Amino acid sequence: MSEMDEAIREFLVESYENLDRLDTEMVVLEEKPEDKETLASIFRTIHTIKGTCGFLGYSKLESVAHVGESLLSRLRDGKLRINDPITSALLAMVDAVRRMLSEIEASGSDGAGDYTELVQKLTALQEGGDGVAKVPSGLPKITPAPTPAPATKPDAAATASSAAPAAAAGTSQPTGPVEEADLEAADGESERIGQVLLAQGKITQADIDAALVAQGSGDPRRLGEILVERAALHSREVVEALHAQNETRGTAGVADTNIRVDVGLLDRLMNLVGELVLARNQVLQFSNALDDSALAATTQRLNLVTTELQEHVMKTRMQPIGNVWSKFPRVVRDVSKSCGKDVRVEMEGKDTELDKTIIEAIKDPLTHIVRNSVDHGIETPELRRAAGKSAQGVLRMRAYHEGGQVNIEIADDGAGIHTDRVKAKALERNLITPEQAARLSERELVNLIFLPGFSTAAKVTNVSGRGVGMDVVKTNIEKIGGTVDVSSERGKGTTLKIKIPLTLAIIPALVVSCAKDRYAIPQVNLLELVRLEGDEIQREIEDLHGAPVYRLRGRLLPLVHLDRALRLSDASDRTQVVNIVVLQADERQFGLIVDEINDTEEIVVKPLGKQLKSIEAFAGATIMGDGRVALILDVLGIAQRAHVISSTRETGKIEAESKGTHQANERSTLLLFRSGADRRMAIPLSDVARLEEFQRSQLEFAGDGQVVQYRGEILPLLELARLLGWPPSEERDPLQVVVYSRQGRSIGLVVEQILDIVEEDVVLQKRSRREGTLGSAVIQERVTDLLDVEGVLRMHAPGFFEEAALEGARS
Amino acid sequence: MSDREQFCTFHLGQLFLGVRVQDVQEVIRYQDLTRVPLAPATVRGLINLRGQIVTAIDLRKRFGLPDRSAESLPMNVVVRTDDGPVSLLVDEIGDVLEVSGDLWEAPPETLSDDARALVRGVYKLEGRLLLELDGVRALEPVAAS
Repeated sequence: MSEMDEAIREFLVESYENLDRLDTEMVVLEEKPEDKETLASIFRTIHTIKGTCGFLGYSKLESVAHVGESLLSRLRDGKLRINDPITSALLAMVDAVRRMLSEIEASGSDGAGDYTELVQKLTALQEGGDGVAKVPSGLPKITPAPTPAPATKPDAAATASSAAPAAAAGTSQPTGPVEEADLEAADGESERIGQVLLAQGKITQADIDAALVAQGSGDPRRLGEILVERAALHSREVVEALHAQNETRGTAGVADTNIRVDVGLLDRLMNLVGELVLARNQVLQFSNALDDSALAATTQRLNLVTTELQEHVMKTRMQPIGNVWSKFPRVVRDVSKSCGKDVRVEMEGKDTELDKTIIEAIKDPLTHIVRNSVDHGIETPELRRAAGKSAQGVLRMRAYHEGGQVNIEIADDGAGIHTDRVKAKALERNLITPEQAARLSERELVNLIFLPGFSTAAKVTNVSGRGVGMDVVKTNIEKIGGTVDVSSERGKGTTLKIKIPLTLAIIPALVVSCAKDRYAIPQVNLLELVRLEGDEIQREIEDLHGAPVYRLRGRLLPLVHLDRALRLSDASDRTQVVNIVVLQADERQFGLIVDEINDTEEIVVKPLGKQLKSIEAFAGATIMGDGRVALILDVLGIAQRAHVISSTRETGKIEAESKGTHQANERSTLLLFRSGADRRMAIPLSDVARLEEFQRSQLEFAGDGQVVQYRGEILPLLELARLLGWPPSEERDPLQVVVYSRQGRSIGLVVEQILDIVEEDVVLQKRSRREGTLGSAVIQERVTDLLDVEGVLRMHAPGFFEEAALEGARS
Repeated sequence: MSDREQFCTFHLGQLFLGVRVQDVQEVIRYQDLTRVPLAPATVRGLINLRGQIVTAIDLRKRFGLPDRSAESLPMNVVVRTDDGPVSLLVDEIGDVLEVSGDLWEAPPETLSDDARALVRGVYKLEGRLLLELDGVRALEPVAAS
């Protein structure tokens, strides 16, 4: 019984795999109805399923597969041409087979479903084609023993008759009328039997040519038979050649060089390799300490072997992304049919490999994106034609490796995202405030689709738009350490770009020390390291009202003390060295001050127990070379703890992108300055690229504006007080300038005086309708206006954003 | 309740406690601990148990007892849970005792609330009392310090 179970399980696994391929092939076939190879492959798959389920006793499944197979055989013979109804019916058959397979998996029987209608439809279709009455039976080609000549000895004939179908269809249970099909399936391949015989030196090229000519001039027999007759070849040799051919095909394909391995086993192997890596790290440390050359050599060897082993075991878990993609042509076909669209799928980089767990994790998000693109992105043929585009839409999927990550792009050439509609919807659902909305750039607006509870669909279709949407996609992708970004151009299309790590199990990390403990920082988050010594520390780290910052190439980098962020009390004796680890968290950069930077190391990520899971500062733990445990920092979590980015992810995102929009009660770091004679104003420090002083003598004019030469570029200046219509104060020299940068473009805001930098809970007391400010707040017991940088610039330097966008597009 | 049960016993201050042997994976001597900042106070740190990372819960903290002196190192009683093994840090390991269910009694009302929550019952052994530890409760975190 267990052997039977085993057989059924294998059958299921194999069939599922085949069906997935079938979906793709069916769509290919629809485009290229003449593609014999695809047809033959589809035929073989269905035939295999039919044969095996007959053998296992699933009669209902067998009957459905049988009519499908018959229809396919007529298509392959060219007696029927593939068309839309046929494709649909065949896909319906594939679905039915799939349904029955899952029934078998669940209950052990092929279920109670009624498929007579489908069977009738398929039968009608195969008859409808050219008026030929029945399923092919009694056609001349039926011969019980296919390849060898009739003169063969009985045992050889038996071998041959099973060898040929096996070669053709990879199964062992041909039943009744199917044998004809087996023969035909083998037909396309059998020409190559000549090559095999030729290679074995049994025949000459001339023999083959002659046989082929004979076949061409109407000889109905198969190549092997003709050869047996002409070249006085012994039929046993043909049989042997058939075996050889079978094997060759196996090498080229999958049969003989591949074995099925349980994923659980691979996971265990991966864990063991993880252990080995750790043990290796330990041995390496001992070896370094002991200074024994023999040990060192052995350790070196161990090191190499372990590394290689690790790579290869990781490879076993790698799968081409094509495995997930393969079902998309079908998905696209179904969705586009259901909403009356015509969409072609183009794929690039199908071979790009990813860890299996990641493949699993991105399957659903990708499917969602694809459905969305077809449903919402690509227009109907009429609309497309009206817009001067080809009636057929294109969905382009592209995957490629870049810097230890995998990038996946899904682009459609549809209508693009209507940002007005997005904005209206976001406002309607209270996802953003009108103030925020007014300040969001096109790109930022587009990214609003990732907010929870957002759905752009004007009407809810059964395809998408049910409210569970892109936010889930985003969450799922972020869960595996990936990012997703969308860009869109009205009328041209939408592109989603996903970046995900190759693997999750073993990652390169930077090991740092803090308060005598070691912590690992995933290298994905790492940008650079800065080391300050001696009096540099005093000079370069500026303490702004409790918020330390460092000028990193002119940009203010907020600094976070790791020991404080982790509430470590150990007063580590501050030496004359400060190590800053510059990190990237959710679009923001910040510097993490640690006591010591140790080394980079491949670490094996282990989860934390449930008592510790809720601590957002840690992503897991790992075991270091000396056998001790070290915690892996969750850079995003640390950033949130330290208020580098605000605590809730989504508002944080908007906050980060809206630059200058501030929700009430948001704790933020602000630059205070005076503008005009007595106006106190504030802008978020995050908007400030640099603070500069210029002598009035440096001022020059370009167009109708003031500019200065700055870092080899021309920096336009705007005098804030004048723009805001305030009384100008005394002429100051030098000028105090707040440099604001956006996507590589900079502009200088001339202010009266820089006052301070504060971290405050900003409560907007009064929302202002006056242009140029967002409202007023009490900061340091003084009423302070919050400057609306973007608003001011849009008003007074309208070219700035467009140029910035251009610049951004170029870089 | 007349079945006999085997308990892995250990000492914690004045307390004599036991966990059912089938819940215990192993008992090991003191291991280097890596402290976990921001963790609940009961979590003393993480240990490396042959490549597996195991959270160590200090039962003294859990029972509200004073910390042990710096020179006395705790022992690890590694218990199995649904979430993988967890280590309980105790003062000293006792014997494995087989006790009769007849000797069991619910913990007296007078036991402090802290302790009552963690003790399933008491076995009245000759000359001493064995407290049966509620393994699930013992692992629950208490608020961070």
